[in-house]
Amino acid sequence: MSKKIEELKFSGEWDLAPAPESTNHISVKKEYQLFIGGKFVKPKKGKYFSTINPATEKKLSSIAEASKEDVDRAVKAARKAHSGVWSSTSAKERGKYIYRIARLIQEKSREFAVIESLDGGKPIRESRDVDIPIAAAHFFYYAGWADKLNYAFPNQNPSSLGVAGQIIPWNFPLMMAAWKIAPALATGNTVVLKPAETTSLTALKLAEVIQEADLPPGVVNIITGAGATGSDIVNHKDIDKIAFTGSTGVGKIIMKSIAGTAKKSTMELGGKAANIVFEDAPLDQAVEGIINGIYFNQGHVCCAGSRLFVQESIYDTLLRKLKDRMQSLIVGNPLDKNTDIGAINSKEQLGVINKYLSLGKKEGADMFQPSCDIPSKGFWCAPTLFTNVSQSHAIAKEEIFGPVLAVQTFRTIDEVITKANNTPFGLSAGVWTDKGSKVFNLTSKMRAGVVWANTYNKFDPTSPFGGYKESGHGREGGLHGLAPYLKF
Amino acid sequence: MTKRIDVLKTYKIFIDGKFPRTESGRYYTLSNNGKGIANICLSSRKDVRNAVVASRKAFGSWSGRSAYNRAQVLYRIAEMIEGRRDQFVAEIISMGGSKNAAENEVNNSIDRLIYYAGWCDKINQVFGAVNPVASSHFNFSLLEPMGVVGIIAPADYSLLGIVSAMLPALAAGNPVVVLASEQKPLCSVTLAEVLATSDVPSGVVNILTGNTSELIPHLSAHMDVNAIFYCKNNPKEINQIQLAAVDNLKRIVLSKNSDWNNSAHETPYYISDFMETKTTWHPIEQIAGSGSGY
Amino acid sequence: MNLSFNTLDSPSVDKVGIEDRIARVKARSIKKEAKIKGLKLALNMIDLTTLEGIDTENKVKQMCYKARHLHDVYADLPSVAAVCVYPNFVKTAVNELKGSAVKVASVATAFPSGHSSLNIKLEDTKIAVDSGADEVDMVISRGRFHKGDYGYVFDEIAAVKAACGKARLKVILETGELGNYDKVRKASDIAIYAGADFIKTSTGKIQPAATLPVTLVMLEAIKDYYYKTGKMIGMKPAGGISNAKLALHYLIMVKETLGNKWLTNKWFRFGASSLANDLLMQLMKQKTGVYQSTDYFSKD
Repeated sequence: MSKKIEELKFSGEWDLAPAPESTNHISVKKEYQLFIGGKFVKPKKGKYFSTINPATEKKLSSIAEASKEDVDRAVKAARKAHSGVWSSTSAKERGKYIYRIARLIQEKSREFAVIESLDGGKPIRESRDVDIPIAAAHFFYYAGWADKLNYAFPNQNPSSLGVAGQIIPWNFPLMMAAWKIAPALATGNTVVLKPAETTSLTALKLAEVIQEADLPPGVVNIITGAGATGSDIVNHKDIDKIAFTGSTGVGKIIMKSIAGTAKKSTMELGGKAANIVFEDAPLDQAVEGIINGIYFNQGHVCCAGSRLFVQESIYDTLLRKLKDRMQSLIVGNPLDKNTDIGAINSKEQLGVINKYLSLGKKEGADMFQPSCDIPSKGFWCAPTLFTNVSQSHAIAKEEIFGPVLAVQTFRTIDEVITKANNTPFGLSAGVWTDKGSKVFNLTSKMRAGVVWANTYNKFDPTSPFGGYKESGHGREGGLHGLAPYLKF
Repeated sequence: MTKRIDVLKTYKIFIDGKFPRTESGRYYTLSNNGKGIANICLSSRKDVRNAVVASRKAFGSWSGRSAYNRAQVLYRIAEMIEGRRDQFVAEIISMGGSKNAAENEVNNSIDRLIYYAGWCDKINQVFGAVNPVASSHFNFSLLEPMGVVGIIAPADYSLLGIVSAMLPALAAGNPVVVLASEQKPLCSVTLAEVLATSDVPSGVVNILTGNTSELIPHLSAHMDVNAIFYCKNNPKEINQIQLAAVDNLKRIVLSKNSDWNNSAHETPYYISDFMETKTTWHPIEQIAGSGSGY
Repeated sequence: MNLSFNTLDSPSVDKVGIEDRIARVKARSIKKEAKIKGLKLALNMIDLTTLEGIDTENKVKQMCYKARHLHDVYADLPSVAAVCVYPNFVKTAVNELKGSAVKVASVATAFPSGHSSLNIKLEDTKIAVDSGADEVDMVISRGRFHKGDYGYVFDEIAAVKAACGKARLKVILETGELGNYDKVRKASDIAIYAGADFIKTSTGKIQPAATLPVTLVMLEAIKDYYYKTGKMIGMKPAGGISNAKLALHYLIMVKETLGNKWLTNKWFRFGASSLANDLLMQLMKQKTGVYQSTDYFSKD
């Protein structure tokens, strides 16, 4: 080519003005107690911790820290509710309670969305359009299963396990609570749920909704705290099942703790998903899928498409398109309706991400970040991609849990299948091609629990989710998500 | 002081989301113990024709909605009936029924709506299948809505009858043309008012009152009706429907249990009755196979 | 005939994916100073259009007056970009718009169906150009396109382009008749490579006319061509864009797809008639703080 083509610019000419979502309609208390036996009760030891807004580092509220005694109270309340009321409540009426929760979340959806973004740092566009609707949909879907379990498991006469201890992460606080509570209640279990310590608020708002829905006391107990509280739940003798979503490291600790007990478990753990783009893919939509795969929720997604594999013949074109698209992503105030990438959830997590950024550079990969204005306060990371990456780089092997994409190339389908499966994780994968037969080839060869074809990061209550290998065991969502809460 | 005069209600039919009077202009008088309650439209074959046209028009959008959305729409009907509970109870009593039975009937109607709402996004999870064919193909079967379903509601139930009769076809994703109970039509018309103000799209449910034996031949012979759900016990009518349905091979479903309070009427098999099974074959390329890192 | 266009390798387009992208465009919230700037920009990009069987010289004159005097109570308003008329009204429009920045565009080539011989289409084009049209809006032969006769479609566009002389050529794909996004992309590529200065969605006579996803497919074709050749091609969605909010979403899409350089009426146009007044009403709303009534805005 004779003359150099000028790169396109995407900002500076007509930039969007701030469009903050209003916060005057939400109610956040100064102090939150533990939700045990249908009531909000003070923690036995009187200890509280602060929850902050990661975008401003300002304190939002004080949250009760549950001690071992509090965990015991919660488990006792759950046990009493299970044997006293819940297991004898007809399946139909059980379903109607769950429908109520779904409807109340829908009614209060904007309040939930704003609080989710305040507490967790995710963009309001996502909490409003993804997290909260999916949470409500989950309750709605599982409500319908309550009186239909015999059709899901014919000739099995399924019955509930008892008390489920559920521990959820900070990346999708309300949505994860819904994924845990809805199937547990539909199958007749009672629960003790612990949200992550940096994002307790929407779980506590959910406790208020559960009160408003008039659920029998003790059917749902929500207790707050950090790892120690989680450990007390895991080790409590009167819990029948542990459902955990979080890192593979913690998952392994839990599995060791419950080894030798009768406790059942589901583990939804880490991932390092391959997102594979073939030369015959719809490229512009693939770019959007890559963006959504890795920059959705600041990359705090266990199924994030963090390893991008591009067929060599389209590498230059795709990378150019991808970098252009990254220029138009807006990083900043999570409550601004135009924000694409919000705040990193915590200082600690930002430290982890930054460690990998320097490691990537040190290992010889090339880092690209679009220029963007980053606020001075709070925890932020610009969308990042690394090229010139090989399989043995740490950024291509380990879960970063941030907006960091490692790009590699491939030539043949055999090669990319080998590389994609060359990981101890197996949660998800993505494939982009115009050829259906290739899609099904890939889906049958991927050692991963979810495979997205020509799309990415789609979630639905009817669709089972969960991993192969070190990404965990058991499935959440869909008909399959009922089984881990039932005995046959 | 003069006594206040009540305003009497005109009961009309329900076609394409609107409330016309019957095209024929005819009526019959509904009475209980010799006392007139209301004048009810005596629908004609042209009303049947218009209702089928409206249904067909609504088929694409109703069947094309996500199952989740259909579930929410049906759930919303339950919420709306709950809000009009007293009116339904009063109507059932006025047509001859005890307060207890009336309340029970309304409760069961609401719960039945909830039951079928729940099936919308589950029916294919229970009845669909991935078929392990021996060749290199991905092969799956899904149930799909059938088309316009004609429904002859149970004769001696009011709200519970019509609700139970139309729900399976609706949950499956079909639009319906319902011939309401001739003896107990009031709740059918009030239900139409509920549907018109809920989220049910126009034309998805059409409700005709009148002489069912007069209308059955036209509905069951109509070439653009795909199935009939018959919920009465008249062998002559059944035979008539079976003969008329042959010309376009309408599917005919007969309800076998006439106790509509019985939970036997809550079954996904009623839904699958109004669905067709579609199987898709798609190749799976086997270029990689051995030698890959699988 | 250029054989390469029978085998032109346009990338495929995934419908669901493109609609996901559009959902994100529509989620953009345009407020305050960004809104005012956007509204003025949109106003300045309008091709004020009348293409009716009942058009008369008087009607064209009235529209030209409106083009020059959008809403005189509002100071410092930009003018529209152009007026768009049938070839027999070009002279009238040129006369009326003398001395203004408003260009005159003419449809041509047996608009809207395109069913005529090449000779007549070229004659039609020449009449428009000789009458003083700055821009020519042609239609492609959709029947030939659907038959797979891409070479014919390509050659026809090239011939019209040659007949245009200095006038800029806008090529109308009539996307509402093309059937799917892959075809839209294919037709875009043919038009661009055959010499279009602008590609345009619709005649306005067929539903659906312009849509956000169709326009996005065309913008991507323009972008790929730019990165291959360094040449800029303009884009004109036409028909169905009647309110300010939608127009702003189009501009957001242009900004995020093609970037700053296309945010001018040299490279982006709206084919619309009622859009102008809605933009004006929104501008007045921003200025006065109260919602406006159509009674206060002239309809020409």
